[in-house]
Amino acid sequence: MNSKKVRILVAKPGLDGHDRGARVVARALRDAGFEVIYTGLHQTPEQIAETALQEDVDAVGLSILSGAHMTLVPRVKKLLRDNGMGDVLMVVGGIIPEDDGRELINNGHADQVFTPGEPLDNITDYIGSKIRS
Amino acid sequence: MDQEKLDRINNQKKQWEEESKRLDVRSEPCETVSGRPIGALYTPLDTGSLDYEKDLGFPGSYPYTRGVQTNMYRGRIWTMRQFSGFGDASDSNRRYRYLLEQGQTGLSVAFDLPTIMGYDSDSERSLGEVGRCGVAIDSLEDMEVLFDRIPVDRVTTSMTINGPAAVLWCMYLANAEKQGIGLDQVGGTIQNDILKEYIAQKSWIFPPEPSMRLITDIFAFAADHVPRWNTISISGYHIREAGSTAAQELAFTLADGFAYVEAGINAGLDIDRFAPRLSFFFNAHIDFFEEICKYRAARRIWARRMKERYGAKDERSLKMRFHTQTAGCSLTAQEPENNIVRTTIEALSAVLGGTQSLHTNSMDEVLALPTEKAVKIALRTQQVIAYESGAANTIDPLAGSYFIEALTDQLESEAEEYFRRIDELGGVLAAIDNGFFQQEIADAAYEYQRAVDQGRQVVVGVNRYNTGEAVQIDLLEIDPDVEEKQVGRLKKLKEKRDGDAVKRSLEELKKGARGNDNLIPKILEAVKLYATEGEIISALKEEFGEYREKPLF
Repeated sequence: MNSKKVRILVAKPGLDGHDRGARVVARALRDAGFEVIYTGLHQTPEQIAETALQEDVDAVGLSILSGAHMTLVPRVKKLLRDNGMGDVLMVVGGIIPEDDGRELINNGHADQVFTPGEPLDNITDYIGSKIRS
Repeated sequence: MDQEKLDRINNQKKQWEEESKRLDVRSEPCETVSGRPIGALYTPLDTGSLDYEKDLGFPGSYPYTRGVQTNMYRGRIWTMRQFSGFGDASDSNRRYRYLLEQGQTGLSVAFDLPTIMGYDSDSERSLGEVGRCGVAIDSLEDMEVLFDRIPVDRVTTSMTINGPAAVLWCMYLANAEKQGIGLDQVGGTIQNDILKEYIAQKSWIFPPEPSMRLITDIFAFAADHVPRWNTISISGYHIREAGSTAAQELAFTLADGFAYVEAGINAGLDIDRFAPRLSFFFNAHIDFFEEICKYRAARRIWARRMKERYGAKDERSLKMRFHTQTAGCSLTAQEPENNIVRTTIEALSAVLGGTQSLHTNSMDEVLALPTEKAVKIALRTQQVIAYESGAANTIDPLAGSYFIEALTDQLESEAEEYFRRIDELGGVLAAIDNGFFQQEIADAAYEYQRAVDQGRQVVVGVNRYNTGEAVQIDLLEIDPDVEEKQVGRLKKLKEKRDGDAVKRSLEELKKGARGNDNLIPKILEAVKLYATEGEIISALKEEFGEYREKPLF
């Protein structure tokens, strides 16, 4: 770990406007000492991958509450790989049924999936430990 | 009460406080879910200034604190209206007919995100979203299937649609006409509340100015042609779900309401011509008493301002009618059956607060769209409250409670304070522009989450009594082929309709958008020619542009 602050992109892909979770998590990450870039709403996977590249981030957090996660998460992951950012930590949050979450992780589309009720400290601790290790 | 008596009560209260200080108290703070401290005891000292005639009055009479109808539920039980929609139009039509068979008394359409954002199912932007969190509607053809065998002159329909509200409303009206039903026979509600989209729900399309124009066009068209239609449902629900406190929900929603009133007046409409069809939509969160007081305060504030500030004369303009939905954000993914209990408490607060219609969330909505079984329990919850609990027997039964009246007053004055701050910022649109509402809500949401994480706010099964058991519950699965099927139907529609006529109608619409004429007749014309929602919205985007938000957190 060098002295550079860990940079995290919090992104809202798709048409879903529910940004309460994304904004609360973004603020918790900032309070935990990370540098947070929040994309704002209604981003295409292409826009997210482009921002991740431009901002040279260490982790990407996608927030999806619309049920489109099985389409959107693999697309973002693929575009990150295409940009040479396949090893960037990928965390997904939202209303993700357990089976879907497991599938996203097993297929290498996401490193971790957080669902409603997850304490903020668990999220910040997870990201901190993964990136610093 | 005379002063001597109040002094005596005051002395006794002090004695009681001394005694209570010597006793044990629980460690959890006694606060509402909004972080409002609540006193241990309320007495006549807290309601000293209450004037029955001026502050409460009778049901159906100014200032309507006790309810907008003279008979309230003695006359008719609230409308039981479950918000529902998924997959394609025929999937949702089946669910609607099931709900009506189970005794539901009104319909409420949930559209999928592409429809909400003005995209057709075949748009690149719609990928993965078609039919997912609501029903996919692209054209009048889908609307015809959605209401197949549903008598739209007898069942009223609420449609949760905002940015493209005019388009979906025109589809509904065109379908009614095709069923042979006159527009003056059609009743229902469109949400059509763009201000709370900028503030909280974030499903916007156009910038504020053209959005407000479309809204006032709807006000005017409905006043002339669709008199039974509620042209807007001014919504606090989403503001609360985004994390606001009860007082913020109350204040921001009413501020939006007054902004629409001013927009209508500025568009040259007489206030009493459109205000009677304005309706509201509130959240029922888990803090039982604070919610009841919120509804009572809302009615009183609305009536007072409409009369005193805006000079409304028709008493229907003064009556705040509202729909309520129990709080989705209060549901937990852990032990989802507990959500039935939460929803029951929330629904009861809405009923004791005098709601006109009610949606009860299903226990599984924190996990997915509800199954038929879960939605049936949710509907049964309302029926038990209505017909077994006795809650509907007497009107505004908590009136006169020292606590209820004191809290109602407190919420009213907190809302007035917010109105002053919003005025200072230059009004609702200016406050949106500088992120005032968004920041207030984000702060409250963060504070709430911290309180949960630290255990100051108890959530049963989550941060207390958590057994860590895996969730075992059947979930509704959306047909994975729905997107492909919907795109196929859209392709066929485009082949069989009169494409040149559609093009001409869209050109006419754009011309109208550049001028000042009411746009509803032009949208209705395009819809009847089977122009798609995406085509109509794209045409309007060319003239109106699109809204962009500065991301805050």
